[in-house]
Amino acid sequence: MSAPQLLAGPDPSRGSERRSEHVARLGPLPKGGHALIELLVRTGLTGRGGAGFPVGLKWRAVAAASHGSAVVIANGAEGEPHSRKDRLLMASRPHLILDGAMLAAASVHAKQVVLCIGEEHHAALRSMSGALAERSEHERRMVRIVAAPPRYVAGESSATVHLVDAGIATPTTTPPSPRDRGVGGAATLVQNVETLAHVAIIARTGMATDTVLITVAGGVRTPGVLEVNVGTPLGDAVQLAGGASEPVRAVLVGGYFGQWVEPSSAWSLPLDTQALRARGLSLGCGVIGLVPASRCAVCEVAGIMRYLASESSAQCGPCFFGLRALADACTRIAERGTDPGDLQRLQRWSAEVHGRGACKHPDGVVMFLQSAMKTFGDDFAHHPPHLRRSA
Amino acid sequence: MTKQYELAVDRIKCDGRGLCAEILPERIRLDSWGYPIVTPGPIPGHLLGLAQRAVDDCPVLAIALRRVEIKRQRER
Repeated sequence: MSAPQLLAGPDPSRGSERRSEHVARLGPLPKGGHALIELLVRTGLTGRGGAGFPVGLKWRAVAAASHGSAVVIANGAEGEPHSRKDRLLMASRPHLILDGAMLAAASVHAKQVVLCIGEEHHAALRSMSGALAERSEHERRMVRIVAAPPRYVAGESSATVHLVDAGIATPTTTPPSPRDRGVGGAATLVQNVETLAHVAIIARTGMATDTVLITVAGGVRTPGVLEVNVGTPLGDAVQLAGGASEPVRAVLVGGYFGQWVEPSSAWSLPLDTQALRARGLSLGCGVIGLVPASRCAVCEVAGIMRYLASESSAQCGPCFFGLRALADACTRIAERGTDPGDLQRLQRWSAEVHGRGACKHPDGVVMFLQSAMKTFGDDFAHHPPHLRRSA
Repeated sequence: MTKQYELAVDRIKCDGRGLCAEILPERIRLDSWGYPIVTPGPIPGHLLGLAQRAVDDCPVLAIALRRVEIKRQRER
């Protein structure tokens, strides 16, 4: 592992870095604008919120639609259950995020910046508001903080716009995309906080950053956030997290909207958005989850399916009813044992639900389930009943 | 070049009343929970009248005919 870039400087566990320390370490904030957008296009930086969209292209589109009144949303909702990297970054490097947000505002001609922070991320909220108080009066007037509820879909880009506009963190029908019509009808750039921190470094060095924040979770000795070089083998990251705490059944790469991978092929996977995409995988928001062999894979999957179904914002019928039906079928298999009818229903309902929500929540859940049924095919096909003896 | 139209359902507005599938079964069927699954692609000319009726008769105004255009890449 080479030197960290985002988490360079004082130990992140010491908390929020003061502005004086931040400026002494990195120098003053350079100027945003057209040249920065073109630099971001050239460096190929992609978003770290989960979708991995090219940042420069997004900024170009918002700048073109801005007419001088765009809005920037720095997205620190971090609703992914095992992800910790956004709140660690907010709690330890708030000025890096604010720098990135101000650079974005200057580049897309925005008048307002909104920091969306998960309402349960207390250290992050304290750190970001403390850091904001250290900025210039002009910046303080531009930036405000909005607390996002702890829901899985609250960080979806149209949901953050809905939250800022109406206080309701549910996705809205697109088009129009937030880029064209977001907060108050203005062109809106929604960008994950880690992405903005990368921008703050890139703007200073003129070069691409080559690290990524990941969260290693589940069956490892020291779960937590790591800053690793892009392309680091997944197994090396697991070693940095103390190694597996017991034999591993499978690795979930990219969080709940990611893919299950057998350990035999997981350890060599490069932690790199493009390289994973070429293998049909996704780094997502950077969560690497290890499921121990001592756990029943089907029961694990059923539990996650129930969670994801309950996180539907209950706006679109196919998502609300479909995900619940899928979770119920998984739970039946987990509790009562495999039923060929349920296996068929899982396939049929997956096909019916995919692509039929206003947002991509149902698509993500279906992809998660399909990957689980592929990786744990034998477990799903021959699952014994796990009847609970008492209620 | 003649104008082409496709059907678009607003998933949040849609309540699963099912009238559209009754009016235009050639292009719309219902899923296991009664919500419309629309065959993608432009509506053939001879079905445009019925498609317009499906749009007009939707009790919650959840379905629309829109000009077919090149779709921009969407993010999640």
